[in-house]
This record gives sequence, structure tokens and C-alpha cells, in this order.
Amino acid sequence: MLVLEDVHTHYGKIEALHGVSVEVKKGEIVSLIGANGAGKTTLLMTVCGNPQATSGRVLFQGREITRDLTSNIMRSGIAIVPEGRRVFSGLTVEENLHMGGFFNTKSEIRKSQEHVYELFPRLKEREHQRAGTMSGGEQQMLAIGRALMSKPNMIILDEPSLGLAPLVIKQIFEIIGKLREEGITVFLVEQNAHQALNLADRGYVLETGRIRLHDTGKNLLANPDVQNAYLGG
Amino acid sequence: MAAHNLKHALFCAFITLIISYPILGFDLTSRGTTVVLEGVNTTTSIGVLAAVIIVFLFQYFRDSVMGSLRQLPAINPLANREPMEQSKRLKLESILLTLMIIGALIWPFIASRGAVDLATLVLIYIMLALGLNVVVGLAGLLDLGYVAFYAVGAYTFALLSQYYGISFWFALPIGAGLAALFGLVLGFPVLRLRGDYLAIVTLGFGEIIRILLNNMTSLTGGPNGIGGIPDPTLFGMEFGRRVKEEGNTSFHETFGIAYSGEHKVIFLYLIALVLAVITAIAIRRLMRMPVGRAWEALREDEIAAKSLGLSRTAVKLSAFTIGAFFAGFAGTVFASKQGFISPESFVFLESAIILAIVVLGGMGSQMGVILAAIAVTILPELAREFSEYRMLIFGAAMVLMMVWRPQGLMPMRRIHIELKRQE
Repeated sequence: MLVLEDVHTHYGKIEALHGVSVEVKKGEIVSLIGANGAGKTTLLMTVCGNPQATSGRVLFQGREITRDLTSNIMRSGIAIVPEGRRVFSGLTVEENLHMGGFFNTKSEIRKSQEHVYELFPRLKEREHQRAGTMSGGEQQMLAIGRALMSKPNMIILDEPSLGLAPLVIKQIFEIIGKLREEGITVFLVEQNAHQALNLADRGYVLETGRIRLHDTGKNLLANPDVQNAYLGG
Repeated sequence: MAAHNLKHALFCAFITLIISYPILGFDLTSRGTTVVLEGVNTTTSIGVLAAVIIVFLFQYFRDSVMGSLRQLPAINPLANREPMEQSKRLKLESILLTLMIIGALIWPFIASRGAVDLATLVLIYIMLALGLNVVVGLAGLLDLGYVAFYAVGAYTFALLSQYYGISFWFALPIGAGLAALFGLVLGFPVLRLRGDYLAIVTLGFGEIIRILLNNMTSLTGGPNGIGGIPDPTLFGMEFGRRVKEEGNTSFHETFGIAYSGEHKVIFLYLIALVLAVITAIAIRRLMRMPVGRAWEALREDEIAAKSLGLSRTAVKLSAFTIGAFFAGFAGTVFASKQGFISPESFVFLESAIILAIVVLGGMGSQMGVILAAIAVTILPELAREFSEYRMLIFGAAMVLMMVWRPQGLMPMRRIHIELKRQE
């Protein structure tokens, strides 16, 4: 579904990704783990076209999107839950969701809104509350719900566990599992390696702009190198 | 604590002294060919001294003074009250609006000519403030050169009427459209900027337009301005004593009434009223449409808005263009009302005043902005006796507002549709 072929990305003159190849197949959960500064967010931003890859190709559903505008990529069936949630804090929960379905018709919005409320009954309770006044976990739910409003084929999550309590992280990961059951492909970028690999069908380990390891989630969890570097031994 | 207070109070008193005494305490008088510096009369010196003592006392007892002020209930009567029920509030607001419009319609027939003229100016400012409210209040783009679009609207009409004899009604859409085009053109270079940088660039743009108008003497008449801008006509009826243009008739002759200069003033007022109402309704509709929500989303979080597939370019440009459009509207009316315009009418101070109206009224709130426009335009007129201190009073009012109601007169409320409640 999503293919990156030998992607190089630069920030000015500095190369942040040195030829990364990643594939996410339809219906999978794929996790990308790596330390701070490994280039995880850069890789995601390259998929979104901001910054664009300097060489290599990015394909989504068989179509090349390497040089597409960000706004066009984001309307083509990919949804992203940005790092740090970034909900519209002054807008109500409902308005946030409506922003997610900005390019859909009214009836489609109503349908996906109900669907999001089924997934997150908590959001329904908070429908008319300003998003900024909710807890971190609720905001993360809202961010995921907002991404789902556009009825994406694939959802990209950037550090969904960032700054959340362990219990809330568990809930969030349960929900991500649920998304797979609905047929949504999930590309998960995490520092929380244990949970991310546990859930994933396959995983990639990114180190200083290169893919170091690539295996199934189970194998990576058992891999001694990974255990040493990312799972605290 | 007390020692700290004393130190602070002494410092404030000293500052007051060194600021006010050199300005008020000395006088330059010319004696023959030389200019001599003299101390002024004792009354002023005593006044300066009194001010210093007042500042000292206020700063020294500030904590207790502010404490007792805060206990006064009248300052912020809404503080402890529950927000009104949504439906009730909406009903009240619509009743209020209807009353305002009815009042505005009756106004010219009961008030004096000067008052009607002032009311027209208020309406022009309402249009300007509502337009800027889109850019600053909703889209969150700080625009300090808004007056440029106002100038474009005014000069479009003035030039078109001077060179091509085009009437008000044709110039109105052209002026607004041209202002919108300038908004679009300005929008492109500032797309990547935000916050302070955006403010500086827009400030520069405002000045560029004014200086251009000032220096393109052959076209705009430079600092001399353009005069003889025609008044609007009502279906080909002119409001002057004599008909100027061929084919037109005069208003007082058509209706068989005596000529009166007031007709023209009232007619202009009514045009401004209609246009202001159109502006308010149009922007209200836009706010509720997806584009309005996109503005707010971009203001709240640019990255999130982009992640949802919104194009930053389109959203920002639309805000700039629509804001500029209504400034062009206001400019055309202004040119027609004054009959004479010069670059002096479009200085930075105008931008600052319009921005002050938006901030005082409460960013994004239409009702608030309208009330603030009325207050800011009328207050200086009421205080004409102290005309020297007008800006001082204006500044003091701003400071007081920001201390007591930083969110503005009527902060924006989220419009939302109440769904049937499920128990």
C-alpha cells in the first residue's frame, strides 16, 4: 500500500535520511522504532511531502506521490495523527471532528462521526467541550478520531503514546488494534518499542537515517540487539 | 514588603517627575532673534508636583487600592454569572440586532445633520473592522497595513470618476474587487510569514500604498488629493441643488419637495447602513461555512490543519482577499462621503485604530466589533473640547480595557448547533 524506495531527504544541505526503503502492505500494522533523532518523524514528513524526498520514490496505492503537494497527499486516502496530538484547542470536539472530514459531504461526515463515537464513547460525552480542556489521553483519542473522519485507507500515527499515562497508553494501543480489524492499514512510529512491536505484524528499526533491521514484530522483540538498544536489556 | 513598596513607589514618582517636568515645566519663548528657555508659571509646577505625589501614593497603597477595586461588583458584572442558555442568548441577540437596525433606520430622521454624518463614519468603521476581523480575529493573521485596501477602494472610485466619469454604483464593485485583488497580491509574499514578521510586512505594504499615492502626482494629484468626487445617485436622481450630469434628474424636483442639503447626508447614511448590514451578514455566513472553520483551524494549529489536507495557501489567501474586499467597500463609501480624498486619510494611525476596534471588541466576535467601532468613533467626537488630549484619552481607555477585560467587550462565542439531548 505504501512503498518508500531508497528515499533520501535533506534539510537544507544536511541529509537526514540516507536511502530508506520501507513497505507497508494492505491490512498490516507496521511499526517503525528508533531513538531520538534517528529520523522517524522526517520519514513520516517525507511521506506527507513536507519536506519532499530529494531522491528515491514514495508510492501510495501504486501511485507515485513523491512530488505531490502536501494538501493533495493528505486528501488521497492517507491520514496522519501528528506528533503531540495538535488538536484545535479552541474548537469543540465536534468541530475538531468536522475539520477532519473537511472534504467529505455532510452525510458522510455524519456517518463517520457516529463511527468515531462508537470507537471512542468518551468523545461523545465531551462533544461540546473545547478540545483544549480535555486530558491528554482524550486529546489523543480526538486526534485519532479526527484522522479517521476522512475515511482513510491508511493511518499514520506519530508517537501516539507521547506523554501519556501507562494505562492510557494501553487503551490507545487497544484502539490501534481495533483499527486493523476494520481494515485500516496502520503505520506506527514509536519510541515505546515494546508495545509498538508487540502489536505490529512487522517492524523496522531506524538508526541515524538508515534502516538497521527489518523483521516481524515477534522476531524483533526477541532480537538481542533490539533488546539491548530499545527495550532496556 | 513595605520597604519594597516604598522603593517601587519612589521610583514611579521619580519617573513621573522626569517625564512630565521637562515637557510641561519649561517654555520656549522668542525674545527678539534668540529663543529663551523659561520656567513656566507656578500653577503648572504645582500640577506636576501634585501628579508626582498622586503617583507615589497610588503606587505605595496599590495593593489595598486594587484590592478594594476588585471587590466592587460593577466592574465586571458578568464575572460570576452563569453563561446564558444558548437558545435564550440567541433570542436575545436577535432581538437586540433587530432593535439596533430599526434604531439605525430611524436615526437620520430625528438626529441633526452632524450626527448623521458621524453615524455614516461609524458605519464605515464598522465595515472596516468587520473585514479586518476576518483576517485578524478569525484567521489569526496580524495585519497592520489594512488601511492600504481602504485606500485602494477610495482611490479606485476617485480616479474612475475623475478620468472616466464612472458613477458610485459602478465603482463600488470595481473598488471592492480591486482591493480584493491587492489583498491577493499581498497574500502571496506573506504566505510563509507569521506573527511579528507578517505584521512588519503588512505594515510596509500599507506604507508603500500611501507613499505611492503621495508621489504619483501625475495620476493621483499627490498630497493635493482628488476632489469633486460625485455623490451617489438614486436611480439617476441627483441630490444636489442642480443636476450636474445630463440625463439625470434631481431628487427634490422629482418628488416635488423643497431642496435640502440633508437629503444627501441621509441618503449616504442609508447606503452605508445597507452596505454595513450586507457586510455583517456575508461575513456571518462565511464564518459558518467550511471556509470559516478552515480559517479558525489554521489560526489554532497550522500543522494540524495541513495534516488534514487543508491548503495553507488557499486558506490564508481567502482570508486576505475577503478582508480586503470589504475594506474596498468601505473605501468607496468614504470617498463618496468626503467628496475629497488625499493620502493623509490613509496613514498608519487608521490601521492602528481599526485594529484597536477589533481587539477591543473581542477577536472574532461580530457584535463586539460593532459595539467597539461605535465606541471608538464616537468617543473622540464627544471629547472634542479636550481635543488636544484625545489620543491620551484613547490610550488610557485602551489600557483600562486591557486590564479589566482583556478578552474584549464581547468575546467570541463558539457557534454550535445544539443536538437533542440524550439522557
